[in-house]
Amino acid sequence: MFKNFNLDKLKNGLSKTKKRLFDGIQEAISTKAVIDEDILDELEEILISSDIGVDTAMNVIKNTRAELYYESDRSKLNITQIIKNELESILLKDDKIASDKSSIIDKKPHVILVVGVNGAGKTTTIGKLAYNYKNAGLNVLIASADTFRAAANEQLEIWANRAGVKIIQKSTGADPSSVVFEALENAKLNNVDVVLIDTAGRLHTKSNLMKELEKIRNVITKVIPHAPNEVFLVVDGNSGQNALVQANEFSKSTKLTGLIVTKLDGTAKGGVIIQISAEQKIPIKYIGVGEGIDDLQDFDSKEFIEALFS
Amino acid sequence: MLEDLTLKFDKALKKVTGQGRLTEQNISDTMRELRRVLLDADVNYKVAKSFIDDVKIKALGEEVLASVSPGQMITKILYDELTRLMGGTRSELTFSASGPTIILMVGLQGSGKTTFSAKLAKYLKDKNRKVLLTAADVYRPAAKDQLKTLGTQIEIPVFSIDESKDAVLISQESVKFAVANGLNTIIVDTAGRLHVDDVLMDEIKRIKAAIKPTEILFVVDSMTGQDAVNSAKAFHDAVDFDGVVLTKLDGDSRGGSALSIKAVVDVPIKFSSLGEKLDSIEIFHPDRLASRILGKGDVISLVEKAQIQYDEREAEDLEKKLLSNNFNFEDFLKQIKMIKKMGSLKSLLGMIPGLGTNLKNVDVDDKQLIKVESIIQSMTKEERGNPKILNGSRRMRIAKGSGNSIQDINRLIKQFKEMGKMMKMFKNNKNLQRAMKKGKGK
Repeated sequence: MFKNFNLDKLKNGLSKTKKRLFDGIQEAISTKAVIDEDILDELEEILISSDIGVDTAMNVIKNTRAELYYESDRSKLNITQIIKNELESILLKDDKIASDKSSIIDKKPHVILVVGVNGAGKTTTIGKLAYNYKNAGLNVLIASADTFRAAANEQLEIWANRAGVKIIQKSTGADPSSVVFEALENAKLNNVDVVLIDTAGRLHTKSNLMKELEKIRNVITKVIPHAPNEVFLVVDGNSGQNALVQANEFSKSTKLTGLIVTKLDGTAKGGVIIQISAEQKIPIKYIGVGEGIDDLQDFDSKEFIEALFS
Repeated sequence: MLEDLTLKFDKALKKVTGQGRLTEQNISDTMRELRRVLLDADVNYKVAKSFIDDVKIKALGEEVLASVSPGQMITKILYDELTRLMGGTRSELTFSASGPTIILMVGLQGSGKTTFSAKLAKYLKDKNRKVLLTAADVYRPAAKDQLKTLGTQIEIPVFSIDESKDAVLISQESVKFAVANGLNTIIVDTAGRLHVDDVLMDEIKRIKAAIKPTEILFVVDSMTGQDAVNSAKAFHDAVDFDGVVLTKLDGDSRGGSALSIKAVVDVPIKFSSLGEKLDSIEIFHPDRLASRILGKGDVISLVEKAQIQYDEREAEDLEKKLLSNNFNFEDFLKQIKMIKKMGSLKSLLGMIPGLGTNLKNVDVDDKQLIKVESIIQSMTKEERGNPKILNGSRRMRIAKGSGNSIQDINRLIKQFKEMGKMMKMFKNNKNLQRAMKKGKGK
């Protein structure tokens, strides 16, 4: 739905990933004419070092090995293509198209709940989402349901101002569900198209905080039966294997509909995306590739892979 | 914390345990599983590799003892290697001998610098230092408001220059302010930055040059993956930090970064941060963490924690009562209150040797304690002192009074009676030994 997808920026932001993942692979391949176990071991190291996870790495290697068994063309180019296809098939499986504008207006308010662990980048992402929806010509309202972290309200307010959208907030320590309730009532009265709900960061291991999320979700459905339309989990692109557990646990309490992966401009990884896509049934919706308000992009697995290879 | 890793180590070691001796074959199986364990725990690929090579050489080499089982032996070697890798001994903060101590916090976005700065400030204030917090994050919206709010909570002054966007100037001015106001410790909270951001990496170098910190602490999210070592290395190259702070260790299945960072940059991990409360800060103990990883339990931490909260006289009285078999509900209530002071039940149980790995699927609910407390509080003094008189109608009254079901009351009394039986067994060593033998079935 966001038309600001910019391949150059993506390529730029992901150049670190590319450097590690595929320059490495090509280097491994180009030094030897024939694929042997050493090269496959080296490929495995490159994949694992990119946070792709042991299982996914093993699978990609296994499938590549199988392909190569009958393959007479073991050139660098061809092997790259085989791996590219492998990764692409993993990513494309869960690829879904983000909601378009007309369906949002059909059934409004379109309610988006944003959850995640501490420091993943939820608030910044909300700011960027608000800006994008506003630019798409929609009437946006932000609900500041992080009533826990010091100055969370102030931070979100600055983002709301930058994006030029309204914000509903209460004092620190207030019941987050009450903020949500008020925001949704406000949205119904004022013909709001999109409601973005920011929540406090919480570790997925804290059962009381996860129950709080369940409650927020229930309140949303009570006020607006068709909502929440989306529940986004924000995952730090620097995360290691724990991102999978996070996705699992948050899904249990809030039924996630999508993932947003942040901080992909700074990390040498990005492998976590491939892994989540392979092991979870939740599609990746957006990626964050910078600190600017427009540095949030639609996740497009095909272009993502192309950007990695080009 | 780190229960998953412990669980997986146990699994990997099962193959070696019970075999006569270590062979190239049975150890390589275990090492392969160990490698998997380390990689799943986000230990850096290269660190895991060299770690396993070390363990393997030691296990097959001369240091092998004939008198111990392979499982014990590998556990020992792993423990020693892990401890060595994570820094050997614990390492504390350095304070300036003359002039103020300046601590500079650096790290990536979202690693937990601001929250940790406040925790450290409180920790040092409790050690009688006069602390100033400096808000030098001029980029993230409301970052200085966050620090100010935290500062108010812990009653520590926060220095900021609202109209300035110059982090170097703010840092410098804060040092002058501290000196002028008799404050001897300055904690400078800086903006999160990517290690590939040249402009911001240059800024942090300039801050360092301007204020010449006594300590530079690199804050890293323990959930970070393989890249933890890369960012740590880049920050180390830029500012040569003196210590690492591992945050969010109250989450699950992490620790790989703790293992790797020390190995790669050779800087000690100084603190662990385990929660959102401002006193959830701990000195990092590499040996204890190694012990915990291997399922030996963190007995020392438990003992220390208990010591702080446990009134010693009270404990002595309790011990006497336990042994003399005069333990009643009144004592039980006291005990519950002490346990509550020590922290959550799950965190306490996680420290007990042997329990760590079994704890994964046990949902320990601290609310149970509150329930038990409410039941006991609904008993009369007489009932608490002499549980034998608790007949049907008394139980019914307690159920109604405490808002619990009669089954809850019955269960508690049954558990209490069983505890009494156990106490009897502990009365002297002979009895205890017999009970343990009985438990084994012979």
